[in-house]
Amino acid sequence: MSDDITLPTISPRRMAYNRFVSHKAAVVSVFVLGILIVFVALSPFTARYGVNEAVQAPPNYFLTPRANAWLGTDDIGRDLYSRLIYGVRVSLVIGLFSAIISVALGCLIGAVAGFRGGRFDDVVMRVTDLFLAFPFLVTLLVMRNVLGSIEWLRPIIGELSSVRFIIVLFAVFGWMGVARIVRGQVLALKEREFIEAARAVGASRWYIVRRHLLPNSVGPIMVSLTFSVVSAIISEATLAFFGYGPQAGDGATSLGILVGAAKSAVNPGFWWLAVFPCLTLVVIALSINFIGDALRDATDPRMQKDS
Amino acid sequence: MLRYVLRRLAWAVPTLLFITFLVYIALRTGTDPVASYKRVNARATPAKIQQYIDANGLDPNYVRGYFRWLGNFLTFDWPRSIKGSREVWPALKDALANTVRLGIAASAVGIVVGLMLGVFAALRPGGRRDVAVNTAAFVGISVPPYVSAILFQLLFAVYWSRWFGSTLFPTAGVYPPGHTGFDPLLMAKHMVLPTFVVAIQIIAVYSRYMRSSLLDVLSSEYMRTARSKGISERRVLFKHGLRNALIPVVTIAALDVGAIVGGLIITENIFSYPGMGMYFLTAFGDGDFPLLMPWMVLIVFSTLMFNLLADISYAWLDPRIRLE
Repeated sequence: MSDDITLPTISPRRMAYNRFVSHKAAVVSVFVLGILIVFVALSPFTARYGVNEAVQAPPNYFLTPRANAWLGTDDIGRDLYSRLIYGVRVSLVIGLFSAIISVALGCLIGAVAGFRGGRFDDVVMRVTDLFLAFPFLVTLLVMRNVLGSIEWLRPIIGELSSVRFIIVLFAVFGWMGVARIVRGQVLALKEREFIEAARAVGASRWYIVRRHLLPNSVGPIMVSLTFSVVSAIISEATLAFFGYGPQAGDGATSLGILVGAAKSAVNPGFWWLAVFPCLTLVVIALSINFIGDALRDATDPRMQKDS
Repeated sequence: MLRYVLRRLAWAVPTLLFITFLVYIALRTGTDPVASYKRVNARATPAKIQQYIDANGLDPNYVRGYFRWLGNFLTFDWPRSIKGSREVWPALKDALANTVRLGIAASAVGIVVGLMLGVFAALRPGGRRDVAVNTAAFVGISVPPYVSAILFQLLFAVYWSRWFGSTLFPTAGVYPPGHTGFDPLLMAKHMVLPTFVVAIQIIAVYSRYMRSSLLDVLSSEYMRTARSKGISERRVLFKHGLRNALIPVVTIAALDVGAIVGGLIITENIFSYPGMGMYFLTAFGDGDFPLLMPWMVLIVFSTLMFNLLADISYAWLDPRIRLE
């Protein structure tokens, strides 16, 4: 009997977790994002003023940061700190929802294209190439107008400047990158021995997709999900920056609208209106990017962190 | 090789026609060119409107309209812009020249610095400088061009002049307002900030590409063979390592032109730099169909050409690949 030989048993999930935790920047990012999400979720308590509420009686415009307005006020005396919280809320909603929809679409289309091959695959890849040939902003602007001009879609996807419309727009034109990744993954997996073995013992197609292809693609899918969230948040800000973004009803705001307002604050030197919204955007984008990077390290066992 | 290039060029023609047809449909449904014309020229006579429709190929039938537009386009009988009734070609030509200048400057700075940083990081993977480059690259990727543009403007123009009396770099245009004539120094000064804004993105992307590509190469077998033959480490690295690591990077560089143009559009707009991006956003805002179509043709054409260039450079750099 040799009881003293104990092999360390670590489940794959535990290994992934360990690898994720060893990415220090990602751990910090999780905390930063967590705090941000708590702040945003509790906005009735954390925000000090309403979206459109002035901090004090006039004169209240362009106040520098001070006790009753921590991050200063804007052109009509509204508290920048409170507006940032409301703005991040809208931006996170846009980022999350459009990323989930577009990644789901991309997985479905990419998996079918990779698994079936043939004409469907050709058409999907050509469409992907076509859309990736244009600068993304150009595609978004033109397709925004095309989608908006279709009358019968309006009741479903809302007005051109609504948050719902922006989500649909990003979802409909954001799946191409994901589809390409998932297709490549499926093409590579399809030829592997364990899939062949599954097929040899008579597993159905759907079973192979469910039991083998999807679990083995979870890593890349999660990674592209995080990058889709960033890309949607930045795209929203870009559209809003050029005046094509959401005009959320009742004076609600978005990160993009706040960053867009920074443009006109530069020349008069109202630095707080430029610096704080920009920094918030960068911190959110950076945190999610770090988390995505750590997820890639964690879910791809072949990729060693330090090699 | 020549046959391959000729065949690809022959294929590019129907591709270009097909894509421009789709663009034509998208612009017509998206911007409604006739309505934009009527908005600007509120008192246009029906004859004038009909003339505009004919010149632009805005036939109710999309296919017939497209071919009419194509005929006018190919015979250089380009209709004038809606706003200001300007000639389109001179405007497009100037915008293209300005953008190419900015694009080349930014790509040169970005690619050179990016590649150097990538090599620098890959030589000691996991080391302190690797971590530093990687983190910096992540920050670069996470900062959209308009954010860095705004912060640069705030720092180098507005606050610099408050602290030191004069602005360090101008923030708008190619020349100061009212300037005439050609002055390369003044032009370069105006290009510094926009160049850096675009270059940051390029540096961030290329340092990561170069790092991972060089790491792949460094662990390959032919590197071990080269070392075992007794070649000096320096020669192994430059002759075998870098050359092979550059192959995928060059291809990506040619394919990435679209992304760089995207960054240029945003950057130009903030710096009021009169290039392709300003041209597009102004024309798009006005729904100016006569200005937009040639712009789109140019973008599609250059994308196709750069794709071809990517494939050729790939085969040229990597002897294992044969184009047929």
